Amino acid sequence: MAYSDKVLDHYENPRNVGSFAQDEEGVATGMVGAPACGDVMKLQIKVGKDGVIEDARFKTYGCGSAIASSSLVTEWVKGKTLDEALTIKNTQIAEELALPPVKIHCSVLAEDAIRAAVDDYKKKHGGQ
Amino acid sequence: MSVDLSLDYFTLFGLPRRFGIDEAALDRAWHALQAEVHPDRHTLLSSGERGRMMQEALRVNEAFATLKKPLARAQYLLELLGVDAGIATNTAMAPEFLMEQMEWREAVEEARLASDIDALEQLALRLRMRAGEVTARLEEQLDGGNDPGAAADTVRRLMFLDKLRRETVDALSALDG
Repeated sequence: MAYSDKVLDHYENPRNVGSFAQDEEGVATGMVGAPACGDVMKLQIKVGKDGVIEDARFKTYGCGSAIASSSLVTEWVKGKTLDEALTIKNTQIAEELALPPVKIHCSVLAEDAIRAAVDDYKKKHGGQ
Repeated sequence: MSVDLSLDYFTLFGLPRRFGIDEAALDRAWHALQAEVHPDRHTLLSSGERGRMMQEALRVNEAFATLKKPLARAQYLLELLGVDAGIATNTAMAPEFLMEQMEWREAVEEARLASDIDALEQLALRLRMRAGEVTARLEEQLDGGNDPGAAADTVRRLMFLDKLRRETVDALSALDG
């Protein structure tokens, strides 16, 4: 299967790979996994006092499309409020990366990772 | 004799519908059925009869492949129970479980990059033990309990472990080769 140029770009030059310290102020972590292919994705967001996502990191074990999807969302969530980040849809990710139908689940995983990270933040901060 | 294509796989082989399976009985039943439906064993068949027999042979082999592998057998049992295991849709595993998966994957990758066969073999061993534990839990849940939702979660866990096993085996065979 041929990957699109954008997938290859994110795969070869992934943005924001790595981790924040779990206990760092404003940091929240979303962990998701896709049983069908065994992909595991960790997305961390660092939220400022104004409720805006300042920075993001990811670590993904999976195929090129899963890595590209998570790399892309680390770029997209930056500068967004939590609610704005939640409006990112897997269809937008799939469209941006020109994912073929069999790889749509990778974009779903990335969308779910954003939700998991935001949920984690809200849980840590008393549902604000 | 012909095979009733509408039978579920357990009934097809005359086995109880359970996760815990008598493997020797499964093997025997498979060989017996396979002999019956093998088109080469029957001369003087019309092309229609031959076609039906091919279909039956395929069904028998598919049934055997499904019941033989614990993971496929568990998925099939859930399907018979009408439970969606959420294999393609459920991404929300327990965070601790996913964190551990990530650590395992990191360990496999590190060992692979370092060409550390000992480390990979140790990982493979730990993985086999873990998969054994999870499979035992699955048997309790499927055959003893009445909580198919919990069994579905265990099936999903087993799928991640299976992926890890394949990664570890691939890494080992790449180093051996």
